[in-house]
Amino acid sequence: MTHLQELEAESIYVLREVAAQFERPAILFSGGKDSIVVTHLAHKAFYPARIPFPLVHIDTGHNFTETIDYRDALVEKLGARMIVGSVQDSIDTGRVREETGFNASRNRLQTTTLLDTIEKHRFDAAIGGARRDEEKARAKERFFSHRDEFGQWDPRNQRPELWDVYNGHKQPGEHFRVFPISNWTEMDVWQYILNERIEMPSIYFTHSRRVFFRDGQWLAAEPCMKLKPDETVEIREVRCRTIGDISCTGLTLSRAQSPEEIIEEIAASRVTERGSRTDDRRSETAMEERKIAGYF
Amino acid sequence: MEKGYLDMELLRFTTAGSVDDGKSTLIGRLLYDSKSIFEDQLEAVEAASRSRGGEEVNLALLTDGLRSEREQGITIDVAYRYFATPRRKFIIADTPGHIQYTRNMVTGASTADLAIILIDARNGVKEQTVRHSFIASMLGIGQVAVCVNKMDMADFSQRVFDDIVAAYKTLASKLGLHGVHFIPISAKLGDNVVERSANMPWYTGQTLIELLESAPIGKRLADAPVRMAVQSVIRPMSDRFHDYRGYAGRIASGVLKVGDPVTVYPGGRQSTVKAVNLGEADLQEAQAGESVAVQLTDDIDIGRGNLLACGIAPTVASELKLRICWFNERALTVGGKYIVRHTTCEVQGIVKSIDHRTDIETLHEEPAERLEMNDIAAVTLKTSAPLAFDPYKQNRTTGSVVFIDPSTLETVGAGIIL
Ligand SMILES: Nc1nc2c(ncn2[C@@H]2O[C@H](COP(=O)(O)OP(=O)(O)O)[C@@H](O)[C@H]2O)c(=O)[nH]1
Repeated sequence: MTHLQELEAESIYVLREVAAQFERPAILFSGGKDSIVVTHLAHKAFYPARIPFPLVHIDTGHNFTETIDYRDALVEKLGARMIVGSVQDSIDTGRVREETGFNASRNRLQTTTLLDTIEKHRFDAAIGGARRDEEKARAKERFFSHRDEFGQWDPRNQRPELWDVYNGHKQPGEHFRVFPISNWTEMDVWQYILNERIEMPSIYFTHSRRVFFRDGQWLAAEPCMKLKPDETVEIREVRCRTIGDISCTGLTLSRAQSPEEIIEEIAASRVTERGSRTDDRRSETAMEERKIAGYF
Repeated sequence: MEKGYLDMELLRFTTAGSVDDGKSTLIGRLLYDSKSIFEDQLEAVEAASRSRGGEEVNLALLTDGLRSEREQGITIDVAYRYFATPRRKFIIADTPGHIQYTRNMVTGASTADLAIILIDARNGVKEQTVRHSFIASMLGIGQVAVCVNKMDMADFSQRVFDDIVAAYKTLASKLGLHGVHFIPISAKLGDNVVERSANMPWYTGQTLIELLESAPIGKRLADAPVRMAVQSVIRPMSDRFHDYRGYAGRIASGVLKVGDPVTVYPGGRQSTVKAVNLGEADLQEAQAGESVAVQLTDDIDIGRGNLLACGIAPTVASELKLRICWFNERALTVGGKYIVRHTTCEVQGIVKSIDHRTDIETLHEEPAERLEMNDIAAVTLKTSAPLAFDPYKQNRTTGSVVFIDPSTLETVGAGIIL
């Protein structure tokens, strides 16, 4: 078997374990490449049956329109069920306060909307596309990651995972996050996208966009972004390396037009994809703190 | 585009080393010299090294995961790392080596094809080396790379190395360990890790990376009899696939072909493979490691926990001899009741006897009334329903069980079937 076949087989196995061990699982679909791959794997895992769980999208209200269009087309094609949790609703109902200032981001607010959505639909397992190679704090994450009643992750109290045995037993009120592509790297993801000819949102490929430069990176000049007086909008050839909320998605200057060219670009790249996300650059342990609070 | 990206192989290995043997430095070195470290990661590590008052970049910081651990300066859990060379992708299960983390080492070793065992050239074979080697042997790891580290602090001396090799060989034969390789290295300076050492011209064997790139992969057991535990039954019940019924599972061993006769355990009902599916594809056969959906010619009642098998039959029994490693603060006692998970099947289990406990630093076997966290022992287990299994030595998947505490629902122990 090649490494991609092996990774695929492992991920399909994990997705089937979720379907067998939980009553109300859901896929957290961000529109990013990782959750697209997870959805593709779920399609393969249960075919010819439909994916036996809904896709959940936490909409920050600051999404690239390409992401939303892609999401809707995919749901239609797979005949899947879609549930949207809205950060705007959480703001409107006073569950969270919008950040202010130039670096305001709705990324952190997502956690509350996510936990509320999980609670409302009584999901007992939320499947995500996180990978262990993304960030140091994720290196110890389990495939089946146990969360307490408050959705919190306790790094000291995780269940050991041996062989391919995953323990999804839980007390009432507790739930799990499950990461079927834990063992994949960014490179594996793009190789797989190429191999399987998975259609991707257009913003992953190089296009002309109105952008501005802040703190060492290019950001999209969309209406939700407030410019500082000394910042100017330019038109550049860019693409996204990871997709999140507009406010924290750094854009890469690139010429890559296809998965093949992206693979070449990653092979030559000298910064990690997380390096292009402002949310992780806030402090050395930013990701770990958000994880403990229940961020994905 | 460089060819090869799409058909690399995957090797999983584990590293065990006691505090200060240089394990974190070695992993940092592997990642660094194979160019798997990105600039932003390196900058973060440089900043962290400086803030801790070190003058040079501490490669070990690349692999220290969680903040609490960073503060204590030790690794406490299993952390997974990734790197690739043009030939292979590697998954490292990085585990702490101290005795109180035996369970973490067992966890990391459970999926490994190869184990790296670090020995400090100044200290030679110690209790901890025995412990790490015992675990590699118990978990059925087919390849062991003994890295004699800090050779720079032992004058790069061939005699020092040869003495350690001789001492280790005695241990390996006691443990029945096969496929042992010895490499003199300096993790700190990089000698014989990725770059060949100019300081040790007397060593002409493989560098560590050469060994990792060429070690045979997969205890994947393609030649063994077919075993596949059913995870779930796929029943679309749509118009187009009205009668479709696919048994979903990952093939643990063997090659399953369309037309093969299969037996379903427990029970022993027989049928024939009608089709093997992977997503929308129809396969003629599938091999160990693949996740597929299998259709049979007969409509028999099969569900999660059943085992599909061809060829030599598995053992079916409700009394098992196991070697277990205990994971939990709540001790295991004779008469203790647990949920026992074997492949995709769950039954109740009761511990009939603790046959002996093994001191994994001296390898002495001794009687025991109870098993504390990190203990390793042979036990006899009785299950509420018969299980279809193989000895662990023949099949890691059908030969292993996990203990779950029925009240806390935590995973509390792991067992291999003798
Ligand atoms: N001289 C020398 N020092 C080393 C070598 N490998 C590791 N060290 C040092 O040994 C100490 C412990 O190393 P570390 O990687 O943190 O050990 P760990 O506890 O096993 O992860 C550190 O000060 C390292 O710099 C080596 O090959 N030569």
